[in-house]
Amino acid sequence: MKNAIGREIPETISGIAAIKPFAGAFATVPEMTRQAPKVKTIKPADRKLVDNLVEVFKKIPVTDGMTLSFHHHFRNGDGVVNMVLATAAQLGLKNLTVALSSVFPVHAPIIEHVKNGVVTGLDTNYMSGPVAQAVSKGLFDKPVVLRTHGGRGRGIECGQLKIDVAFIAAPAADEYGNLNGVEGPAACGSLGYAFPDAQYADYVVAVTDYIGEYPLSPISIPQTRVDYVVKVECVGDPKGIVSGTTRITKDPVGLKIAETAAKVIQATGLIKNGFAFQTGAGGASLATAAFVRKMMEKDNVVGSFALGGITGYMVDMLESGLFKKLMDVQGFDLEAIRSLSTNPNHLEIGADFYASPFNAGCAVNQLDVVILGATEMDTDFNVNVVTGSDGVIMGGSGGHADAAAGAKVTIIVANLLRGRLPIIVDKVLTATTPGETIDVLVTERGVAVNPLRADLKEKFLAAGLPVKDIQELKQLAEKIAGAPKAVKTGEKIVAVVEYRDGTIIDVVRQVEG
Amino acid sequence: MDLRRSMLFIPGNNPGMLQNGGVFGADSVILDLEDAVAPMEKDAARFLVAQVLRTVDYGVSETVVRINPLDTFAAVDIKAIVPCCPDAILVPKVESAADIHQVAAMIAAAEKPEQTPVKIIALLETPCGIVEAYHIAKADPRVVALALGAEDYTAGLGAMRTKEGTEIFTARTIVINAAAAANVQSIDTPYTDANDEEGLLADTQLAKRLGFKGKLSINPRQIDVIHTVFNPSLNDIDWAQQVIHAIRKAEAEGSGVASLNGKMVDLPIVNRAERILHLAELLGLMGGEK
Repeated sequence: MKNAIGREIPETISGIAAIKPFAGAFATVPEMTRQAPKVKTIKPADRKLVDNLVEVFKKIPVTDGMTLSFHHHFRNGDGVVNMVLATAAQLGLKNLTVALSSVFPVHAPIIEHVKNGVVTGLDTNYMSGPVAQAVSKGLFDKPVVLRTHGGRGRGIECGQLKIDVAFIAAPAADEYGNLNGVEGPAACGSLGYAFPDAQYADYVVAVTDYIGEYPLSPISIPQTRVDYVVKVECVGDPKGIVSGTTRITKDPVGLKIAETAAKVIQATGLIKNGFAFQTGAGGASLATAAFVRKMMEKDNVVGSFALGGITGYMVDMLESGLFKKLMDVQGFDLEAIRSLSTNPNHLEIGADFYASPFNAGCAVNQLDVVILGATEMDTDFNVNVVTGSDGVIMGGSGGHADAAAGAKVTIIVANLLRGRLPIIVDKVLTATTPGETIDVLVTERGVAVNPLRADLKEKFLAAGLPVKDIQELKQLAEKIAGAPKAVKTGEKIVAVVEYRDGTIIDVVRQVEG
Repeated sequence: MDLRRSMLFIPGNNPGMLQNGGVFGADSVILDLEDAVAPMEKDAARFLVAQVLRTVDYGVSETVVRINPLDTFAAVDIKAIVPCCPDAILVPKVESAADIHQVAAMIAAAEKPEQTPVKIIALLETPCGIVEAYHIAKADPRVVALALGAEDYTAGLGAMRTKEGTEIFTARTIVINAAAAANVQSIDTPYTDANDEEGLLADTQLAKRLGFKGKLSINPRQIDVIHTVFNPSLNDIDWAQQVIHAIRKAEAEGSGVASLNGKMVDLPIVNRAERILHLAELLGLMGGEK
């Protein structure tokens, strides 16, 4: 069957319970109640501190077929996922599902656990590196579920992603289970992606290498939701957890795109007091923020909030009075951690608060403008951020589809030519974010406006921006680099791409080799 | 009027930058075979630039190739590049009219019969070149501009290069004067600190005040600042329109003398006003629309 953007979705997919095709960004209305996790009690003399993971596995107990969840704030420095899965393998457990909000190269040991039958399912929002490559080649018997950050929050909250045990990698904990991300050798800042896990999992285990005095303060995840605390030697490599600093690109083409994107934002008329903004941590996104900042300073604009992954650059804008608040679901550098721990206007929010479509209002709905990237875009403005030019999984939506749906204006910034490949194609290999939620594409060779936004096109033309039809941009790219050949994929579905509301927007098929 | 507010250098051995050179909106792109290219890469860069001239669309940007000096690879560069139809050749280290005669002859020999004549921009970057500026500008009809290269020039003087540019003041005024006298354009030396936007702005404003018509650029990030300075301001356009109105009114009244705000409007003023309006029209700045 074809979904609302014309993607062919099988009516049944082995290993996936219910297939509901994508019907439109806001077409699906929930008809369920929030799930309720198991109710427990603990006596005054009971202790939560456990000597090692094996003991925790036996106390709960963790059994075959369970779903274990993890968050990704430690990024490529994470040691907890591998530690927990090694324990599961040591105890002979089988058929586990790993619900890890993002998978990084450091998680390569998952591959062996799949081959040995310890892990048979993966549920994630983003993956790169060896696991993503192995998944693309058919590592799992059943498809991996690729969600959005908000969609994962929704899935947990609504019981579609039922977590038996949440393992929370905690930079700091006290012995009674209060946790935060701003202290300890593995400080990572916000723990926002773990908030729904902590709220709805049947059991919550904090894994930490830093035990602070009770009561730990500030508290990100409270003792009332944490069943056990395990002290380990080391939860990961701090070098992979934060990047130190995130820098504005110096690439002239990237800067040209960023400057044009800032002019596009200015032309929308949204840069005024109360302006709400989200951009990524990449060099080009930060460059756009830098140009926007100049405009805000020039016009004495004070924004209401900046959202999403927070960088030192955004912290500086907060501290300079350009934004009143930061809403932080994930910190990217040391400055973000420092600010979160000291500035009351820097708010730590959960994934559901950030972007779940099925609650009484998430933060992305309040955005004026979001800047996002793309690996491919088609002439209907559908965006692919999952698969690369070879069909191999190299990313995922993360918050892409969420922010695109929520913001008043969604801008994709991308090089028209990525190396030797045009970014605009007739049909994206994998649809991640529907075109109806994308308003503008900004490239180094022109700006394309979604025909649904004729109002914006008029404003951009009036501002003298280089507006071009998306077909014209596509032809321009193909004139320089030629039209890329379509990627050939196999029949086996290796991943389903879930839209934020739980419907299936696309599937990813196996690549050869 | 050939617009050369900004002339952007692009290394001739960098395919990615050559492919994207047209996206920055520079009035001219200078595909560089000289300083940006190591001696062992000269052959490859020459071949690459020749291919780029045939295949890459630089849009509204004029294509200029900086060849190597006459005492190195100039002859082989010209032979390879000129048939690929660049708009102009930037000749480094020009020191005399004879240098221009030599280059013009080589260009003429390499040109295909049907192609638009290739222009010459002379880069003056030695004390001798500065002394000979006027003769160089007048040496051949192909010469359309004199450009100043201050780094080599100050090395030749034995002077310390500074951001303020006191040491190149004389050279700047000589180049501007010689170019104006020969009725060609004068292009200022690049501002070499690509991270200092304020310094670039001040240096470009000085160049414009002195009379330069444009500026060489070593980084695409400099283009917008340079254009902002060299674009006529709304005040400039307003003044120029008043001048033209005054002169037309005087002509209609049969008077050879016009005045504006109590000052006589003579031919140089009319010429300046016409140049501003022409530039404003080319840039779409007329009528205060932007």
